[in-house]
Amino acid sequence: MSDAHPAYELRELRKVFADGHRAVDGISLTVGAGEQIAVIGPSGAGKTTLFRLLNLTLRPTSGSLSIDGVDVAGLSEQALRRQRQRIGTIYQQQNLVGRLRVVHNVLAGNLGRWSTARALSSLWRPRDSATARRALAQVGIPEKLYARTDELSGGQQQRVALARVLIQDPTIVLADEPVSSVDPSLAVAIVTLLRDLAHESAKTLLMNLHSVDLALAYFPRLVGVRDGRIHFDLPRDQVTEVLLRGLYAGHRDDELQLERPPGGLNPFGRACRPLRGFAE
Amino acid sequence: MLAGSLYTAQVDPRRLFEGHALANAGRFLRGGFPPDLSTEFLGQMIRPALETIQISVVGTLLAVLIGLPLGLLATSSLAWSGILHERRAAAGRWLLGFLPYVVARGLLSVFRSVPEYVWAFMFVRAVGLGPFPGVLAIGIAYGGMLGKVYSEILEGVNPRPLETLHAGGASKLGVVLYGLLPQALPSLVSYTLYRWECAIRASAILGLVGAGGLGQQIELSMRFFEFDEVVTLLGLLFCLVGAVDLISGRLRARLTR
Repeated sequence: MSDAHPAYELRELRKVFADGHRAVDGISLTVGAGEQIAVIGPSGAGKTTLFRLLNLTLRPTSGSLSIDGVDVAGLSEQALRRQRQRIGTIYQQQNLVGRLRVVHNVLAGNLGRWSTARALSSLWRPRDSATARRALAQVGIPEKLYARTDELSGGQQQRVALARVLIQDPTIVLADEPVSSVDPSLAVAIVTLLRDLAHESAKTLLMNLHSVDLALAYFPRLVGVRDGRIHFDLPRDQVTEVLLRGLYAGHRDDELQLERPPGGLNPFGRACRPLRGFAE
Repeated sequence: MLAGSLYTAQVDPRRLFEGHALANAGRFLRGGFPPDLSTEFLGQMIRPALETIQISVVGTLLAVLIGLPLGLLATSSLAWSGILHERRAAAGRWLLGFLPYVVARGLLSVFRSVPEYVWAFMFVRAVGLGPFPGVLAIGIAYGGMLGKVYSEILEGVNPRPLETLHAGGASKLGVVLYGLLPQALPSLVSYTLYRWECAIRASAILGLVGAGGLGQQIELSMRFFEFDEVVTLLGLLFCLVGAVDLISGRLRARLTR
């Protein structure tokens, strides 16, 4: 880790799929090390594709992507693997293996470091179960260590996914709509937990959020994405309702999950409230 | 098509009831009853019966050892296509994984398209009479079948956990161990047990060409027209198949819980 380089440097990044769909269409973005950024925008804007480019799952069609000042285009498969190990991703769905015990799903965060023999032997007798328990304690469910993962609720599974990223101990955390499948009170808990954990260990955090309220409440910098392009990239207090209306224009009204109190007060900068659509 | 098949297969029920056919069948049945249940004969047959079980178990084991690695190589989502290989494919280097995939598919298809009977025939000539050629025949023919079905099962698992592990820096084998196999294990084991059931029946057939076990005894007794022994042996085989079906059925039921 060098502080001299930004965590991410994107120049005119493009991803065109085989069917011609331009999911990401020329995004330039610089993310400083340790920064916390929320990415918002209507569904289909290309946010998930952008995250898959950022975690080196997809290869951009054109443009450049640098991590800590290293352009990843020329990296070998081995070097790519090392880079991936430094990037932890949390997905919308939990993406865990339901049949495995929680401890194995958590310890899977070690797979980038472990040899195959070690990975295999841990399935037999979990290695480092104390560390796994500590990670689970950090997300509030230490008692689930040996539970079968598919017996957990959706919210608990999302915590297991979080614990895995803690074990992986990456320098960059990408969260792709981590709370869209959990109830609103838990959503706030998970977003704040991620933010605090990232802050404590000086990790860079990018979170893709469906809820504008959560983004405004918990992130100092917001990037609005629409049609595969950056619509705005501003500090929280410069994000106006006009900009947000433009970002979601033409999309379903409830995608812009803003609460507007009857008095017409500025809704920004407050703590998060239950989102519209979830109330009752 | 059915009519054509009936004709070319020379299906003619009348031939079953012609004089000499009935007479032959009668002679077989008369010779077969009462079956030879003497303790001496039964005692002699313990070893061949055990041998049949051993051939099926070791043969199936060998089939797994052949089928699992080839099946993994023949799994397209693991070899060359899908989300795990997007970067490689987008860079135009998909052939890298595609070649071993094609070779594995080809091998599996050769292994299973030659009947186990023919494999046994060849191995008896290569390594001599006894259970070993039977084990090799089942191992190769069933390895081909297992590998094909394994690859289909593995291609059908939820790819999202695999993508997650891959994105976290896991190696291909790490993805297999923590994402692919745990998801597919019940189906894999269940199909393998089913194949074991088939293997015990097959090992009897293989014995007919000299590949050991009860089948070889059946062949010997038939050659000497000792039909009372043949009926006893068929009864033994029936019990073995029944026992294996029972055990494997229980295991499979427990797996799918």
